Amino acid sequence: MSEIISVEHLAYTYPGVEGTSGVTVFEDMNLTVEEGSFVAILGTNGCGKSTLAKHFNSILLPSGGKVYVCGIDTSNEERIMTVRRSVGMVFQNPDNQIVANVVEEDVAFGPENLGVAGPEIRRRVDQALKQVEMYEYREHAPHLLSGGQKQRIAIAGVIAMEPKCIVLDEPTAMLDPRGRREVMETIGRLNREKGITVVLITHHMDEAAKCQRVVVLDKGKVAADGTPQEVFAQVELLHRIGLAAPDSVELCWELNKQGFDLPLDKLDPKDCAQAIFEVISKSE
Amino acid sequence: MLKDITLGQYFPGHSVIHRLDPRTKLIMLVVYIVALFLAKTWVSYALMLAFLVWVIQISTIPPKAIVRGMKPLVMILLFTGILNLFFSQDGRVLVHFWIITVTTGGVSRAAMMMARILMLITGSFLLTYTTSPIALTDGLESLMGPLKKLKVPVHELAMMMCIALRFIPTLIEETDKIMSAQKARGADFENGSLMDRAKALIPILVPLFISAFRRADELATAMECRCYQGGEGRTKMKQLHYHRNDFFAFGIGGAVVLAVVVLGQFGL
Repeated sequence: MSEIISVEHLAYTYPGVEGTSGVTVFEDMNLTVEEGSFVAILGTNGCGKSTLAKHFNSILLPSGGKVYVCGIDTSNEERIMTVRRSVGMVFQNPDNQIVANVVEEDVAFGPENLGVAGPEIRRRVDQALKQVEMYEYREHAPHLLSGGQKQRIAIAGVIAMEPKCIVLDEPTAMLDPRGRREVMETIGRLNREKGITVVLITHHMDEAAKCQRVVVLDKGKVAADGTPQEVFAQVELLHRIGLAAPDSVELCWELNKQGFDLPLDKLDPKDCAQAIFEVISKSE
Repeated sequence: MLKDITLGQYFPGHSVIHRLDPRTKLIMLVVYIVALFLAKTWVSYALMLAFLVWVIQISTIPPKAIVRGMKPLVMILLFTGILNLFFSQDGRVLVHFWIITVTTGGVSRAAMMMARILMLITGSFLLTYTTSPIALTDGLESLMGPLKKLKVPVHELAMMMCIALRFIPTLIEETDKIMSAQKARGADFENGSLMDRAKALIPILVPLFISAFRRADELATAMECRCYQGGEGRTKMKQLHYHRNDFFAFGIGGAVVLAVVVLGQFGL
């Protein structure tokens, strides 16, 4: 598989305000994202997750090193629109990314900016709304929808631009459990059915556990990278950073401290229960 | 409490008037206002009124809604009426008291001014009642298009209007939340002198402004992410097109103005 995003020796410092020195977030960051993959980026607050995401579509430009999207250097001013068209962004607060006061008008905003012809916009808007299962709400006012619905509208607005990759910056942080489930199902489906690369920045371990690959960031560096099973088995590392493994892994880890010998790769509660059952029945 | 504020006052519907191009409705409103100011006699007023009633009829807007919209304007209407009562001293004297003289000329002038204002307001209500804010914005942008040559930022103005309309309910909700938070900590917005109540508003306005700026910042980033780069090279999903009905509307509007002018020539 080819790489859709590649970050090479990225360095970034937020410029300081009048005399104060800036905040250095990255010094030498390296990361690649393969096309069609579903990657979760984990980390505590202030570890640089959002800063990294903003480098993926030229909202922030590296102070050192390079970020390539589909082989295009993001710091190339002339290709900025190509980069932004390839990588769509969804942010935390759905209220602050919806522009228009009718759902379908908002979804049309991206394609309109790209200069797509009218009938083609109509087709894309309808298709995008159907993909996020919000087609019947196309003439509603966004402020009357629930958080999960608004976030799905925001996702529709991004996919109407037909990007290769979607970067979601904590899209479920402000949603209730139902809204979270709706959004997670939607992005999972887009990844499976449309082959859209998904980069999901999240705080929720159970969301990360559903991804193909988990990248843990700490102090501007990649602390762990691999399948969810590989990453979450490193419980001590996660604790040191200030994160926690999913509950089932934490449980097995605590039990191991009491002298049990449980595997640390059971992310699903049912698998975990089965493993505990097996260990207990063996010891009897 | 703040939720009661209705904005845009749009009554969704599918009448002929609703389906007219927003540009047609805007132009027709201007034509209608011009005709109203050209009308000088009761005959031409009757003609305008008949036209207005006919439009209300086919727009399927409940007349009650128009009357309700009128309520806040009663004071202005009365003020204009009373003022105009003394403007004209022609005709027979009806009441003479100290320095106040009311004549038949004055009464007719006051009645005419009030009728003119009433019809003016009703006309503009019809526009906002039958046109969604977004269509209105689109119409304005399209009509002001030629001003772009004079370096007037037409697209930017339309975009600002659109975003303002979008964020009004969001900010109202936010204000409600902040007020509840301040009330929970003992703020009192209802009692005290006017000065006290004005002062109590400061702890609402400060967080509201801070949050509005933060929202604006996030929205700007989100818009940039969606490739927004101003009006140039931008297309529209819903293009505005004049249809047969729009040309009919122009025809009728022109006829009404013409009729008013001709009636004026005959001194009617």
